Amino acid sequence: MQHLLEIKNLKKQFSSQIAVDDISFAVNKGSIFGLLGPNGAGKTTLLRMITGIFYPDEGEIFLNGQTFNPVNDISQIGYMPEERGLYKKMKIGEQAIYLAQLKGLSKQVAKEKIREWFIKFEMQSWWDKKVEDLSKGMSQKLQFVTTVLHEPSLIILDEPFSGLDPVNANLIKDEIFRLSQKGHTIIFSTHRMEQVEEICDHIVLVNKGKKILDGTVSQIKQDFKESLFSISFEEAILPEHTAIHLFDVISNKGKQLIFKKNEDFTTNDILQFFINKGLHIHSFNEILPSLNEIFIRLVEATPKARQFESLTA
Amino acid sequence: MNKIGLIIQREYLSRVRNKTFLLSTFMLPVVMILFIVGSTFFAIKSREKRKVAVVNDPGFFKNNMKSDSSSVIFDFNAAADSTNYQAKGYDGILYLPTSSNNYELRSMKQFGLDSKGYIERQLNKAIENNMLQQRGIDKSTLDSITKISDKSVDLNNIVKEKNGSVRQANAGLAYGVGFGSGILIYITMFIFGAMVMRGVAEEKMNRIAEVIVSSCKPFELMMGKIIGIAGVGLTQFLLWIILIFALLSSMQLFLPTETLQQIQEAQQSQQNIPGGANNAMAMKIMETKTALVEGVNWGVIIFFFLFYFLGGYLFYAALFAAIGSVINEDPQEAQSLMLPITMPIIFAFIILTSSLQNPNSPVAVWASIIPFTSPIVMMGRIPFGVPETVPYWQLGLSMISLIGGFLATTWFAGKVYRTGILMYGKKASWKEMAKWAFRK
Repeated sequence: MQHLLEIKNLKKQFSSQIAVDDISFAVNKGSIFGLLGPNGAGKTTLLRMITGIFYPDEGEIFLNGQTFNPVNDISQIGYMPEERGLYKKMKIGEQAIYLAQLKGLSKQVAKEKIREWFIKFEMQSWWDKKVEDLSKGMSQKLQFVTTVLHEPSLIILDEPFSGLDPVNANLIKDEIFRLSQKGHTIIFSTHRMEQVEEICDHIVLVNKGKKILDGTVSQIKQDFKESLFSISFEEAILPEHTAIHLFDVISNKGKQLIFKKNEDFTTNDILQFFINKGLHIHSFNEILPSLNEIFIRLVEATPKARQFESLTA
Repeated sequence: MNKIGLIIQREYLSRVRNKTFLLSTFMLPVVMILFIVGSTFFAIKSREKRKVAVVNDPGFFKNNMKSDSSSVIFDFNAAADSTNYQAKGYDGILYLPTSSNNYELRSMKQFGLDSKGYIERQLNKAIENNMLQQRGIDKSTLDSITKISDKSVDLNNIVKEKNGSVRQANAGLAYGVGFGSGILIYITMFIFGAMVMRGVAEEKMNRIAEVIVSSCKPFELMMGKIIGIAGVGLTQFLLWIILIFALLSSMQLFLPTETLQQIQEAQQSQQNIPGGANNAMAMKIMETKTALVEGVNWGVIIFFFLFYFLGGYLFYAALFAAIGSVINEDPQEAQSLMLPITMPIIFAFIILTSSLQNPNSPVAVWASIIPFTSPIVMMGRIPFGVPETVPYWQLGLSMISLIGGFLATTWFAGKVYRTGILMYGKKASWKEMAKWAFRK
């Protein structure tokens, strides 16, 4: 698959700290890409370089295989920053037209597209209202519309669901899937891991300006799995069933067992063992770590390592 | 349409369509005219009238002091003293000493400067006349001298211009126009400069700035705002000029026809018009209008006014934009940063008042060339005449340095703005801003 966006060895230094330190990754065309990291990891700086707001100190950005040119290429990008911003005193229709025109749409085209989106999101009656009259969730919807209105090939959404109720969050989520199916590439920045698991194909985790994880969601889960399994039976589990070197028991709930497999054996060995014991297996599955767990584990590990370095140095 | 054009359009329309703009544009000329008419009216109407009883006259005062029915009336025959002058209908009682210099005016209410001055002048005159008479000048000679010297001299300053034409210089009018346009530039520089600063700060607070700069260059956003607000200022001036002339012209319609005729006759025969205060007021308004329209080269004034307004505005607006981009939620932060900008503007205003008195002093000349002060000070000098008072080289140098100046401040502000608009949390100092400007 072709890469829509590729960044190589990107670096950005501010007077007090290195915000982005040698980060590289590639985003496939039409994929939903998750950029994750704790607060202050350098996500926003990274996104600002991709949107041409900041110039990188070092490294390169390629859009569609071409070197990124901030002046011409920004019309291909739609960026919704984490801190939402709209002119409070401006009428909503006019504001949407203005923002679309800045992205290079003509007034007529902008008007038509805004009407379509407003109908889709049931916002028709908002046209002559001002942003200050809207609730937080409503202005969020408006912000989303203005971000994707000019049909950019790359859509960057920084925390798109914050402040939205479940109904509206689903509305936006469906739109994200639909846009991705239409071939738009979406970069999705957040620290809400359950949304990432649900939405993203590929993720990159950054912390303290460095990339610490890169891969597809399923691949990462495989990499971080701890050979944990859950098995449940028709019958109650007896002590003789668990006193075995095939696995270590993590928890025992009477009819359900969670265990860590011993690396020398396969799952078939274990199933064979239970079958031989005459137990009827009700269900058996591997417990993969949630992204949340991986995230916390990795992020908590980094500062400790750094502290250690500074002590020995 | 290109992006900066779009931004200019938005900034301009969002302000011009605002109700405050309409209100301030249409109310100000009305308030100004009312102020002029009102102050003329009250100057004539509300002069205080005092009746003064004079006692202890040694003899010569009575013949030499004149009463003025509109200001002070002296009564030398009043049988009043300090206990009963009020009861007898006098506002004050004036004691004339026989030997010492101890003149005393007793009253319940304090006399105004005008009335007090009038009494003093009359007393001095009486003493002077008395001494002249004692030295042998007879009464009739004295009267004939007084009759002529009472008419005040009107000094005409005839200026011969280089091209040979002769015009009558009107220093008072030049002073008025210079002061008026100087103060207008001073005020508008603050109003529109602050408007730019607030606009930039608002975009930063609203976080719309980040959305916009992902669509265009930060410099375009800053310049679009500055130019858009300049357009608002120019629109306002244009409407003001039209409104003021329309109001001045329409004022004739409100004056009675016979008054107008009297004024015309009086103007033709160069005489004072008969009649009361109303006619005098009408006369004064008409005179002001005629003098304003005919005594000033409005083409030159308006051209340079617009140039120096725009130049000065662009020079300072860029700096105001830079401040707006580095401040945060707290409006107090702006105060300390604004000081280095407001100081030269206020300083320019102080120089303006002195250069109106003396438009060719070295301070006035140099302050009208240096771009920090030139928009205000030069506007004060231009009404005194180009090229007599302000030679072409000074004007040229001043205009070039102002253009160079605003290019420099815009470059500086653009650099600061780029960094500041996306920096939250900490307010930057001027030192840090300079660092941002000069780094690669």
